[in-house]
Amino acid sequence: MHNATELWVLLFVCSAATYLWRGLGVLLSGRINPQSAMFEWVSCVAYALVAGLIARIIVAPSGLLAQTDLMDRLLACAVAFVAYRLARRNMFVGLVCGVAFFIGAAYVRGGIQ
Amino acid sequence: MTHGVRTAFRTGAREALGVPAAVLGAGFLGYGSLAADAGYSIWMTLAATFAIWALPGQLVLMEMQAGGAAAVATVLAVSLSAARFFPMTLTLLPLMRDGSRGRRLWQFLLAAQLVSMTTWAVAMRRFNETDLKDIDSRWHYFLGFSAVCIGSAALFAVIGQLLLGALPPLARFGLAMLTPLYFFVMLVGEARNRSSITALVCGAAIALGLHAVAPGWSLLGAGFIGGTAAWLLQRRHAQRD
Repeated sequence: MHNATELWVLLFVCSAATYLWRGLGVLLSGRINPQSAMFEWVSCVAYALVAGLIARIIVAPSGLLAQTDLMDRLLACAVAFVAYRLARRNMFVGLVCGVAFFIGAAYVRGGIQ
Repeated sequence: MTHGVRTAFRTGAREALGVPAAVLGAGFLGYGSLAADAGYSIWMTLAATFAIWALPGQLVLMEMQAGGAAAVATVLAVSLSAARFFPMTLTLLPLMRDGSRGRRLWQFLLAAQLVSMTTWAVAMRRFNETDLKDIDSRWHYFLGFSAVCIGSAALFAVIGQLLLGALPPLARFGLAMLTPLYFFVMLVGEARNRSSITALVCGAAIALGLHAVAPGWSLLGAGFIGGTAAWLLQRRHAQRD
């Protein structure tokens, strides 16, 4: 499906690029103030990027999820979140309810395969 | 290993073997299934889990690669999604370090690879407690805790990958939806102030808007524009107080 070698190289570079932040943190600890404006900005960027990623996976997924209904995916998110809050921030209750709803909705629609 | 050191390692491992390992496991179970769907081999899934050790980054890599994004954009986006590790190791490592005495720099550089959202949050809280006041216990506690977290993540990723092919179609959809739900609940649950809500809403809107025009760059755009907007709002708010 993909060019495997290319993916391995990409994985290696991405791992190094991720480690960079961890390694820099070790080397510069004690010399930099972690409350600086720069870090706040970096955290905001990372947070917005991950928000964008999840929105994209939910609204415009590739692969298996692309065969499911957009409304079902959105409702499953809502169900998972409401269950999570009702269960006093219990992640498992949220996930189980969300997944169960999603499977049930796909079953009711029936048309997808 | 001395008695105290072994105890600290075990304490860390035991404390990870509850909610932390299970919550991580759920996220990685879904990741394994998405990896199988994207055509990853088990080795690729395991390598990504150990080498990146950050579920958002692993997902960014998978999403952008599947979408045929430019390699430069992919590396930048994966790296930026992990930028939070900088302030995290910056604050965590000094708590396990005591000047020039004891451990060497390379040991800290290796330990930094174990830092994740979960291990950082628990360690920062636990290091304040009386049984983890000395540097040595903290170090071994952190190693024990991290070992169980990474082990659980890798195990569940493999299970998810194998499970996807074995399940009936409807259950497969449920498994593939697990990780998106996990992050949705986590992100929305975490958004408690106006700045993080801005980052969340702007990031999502920009990623979706750009997806139609320049899919390979939509996540970077979401991060830069959404993140900067949230940051400006946060600053303005802070100045007013």
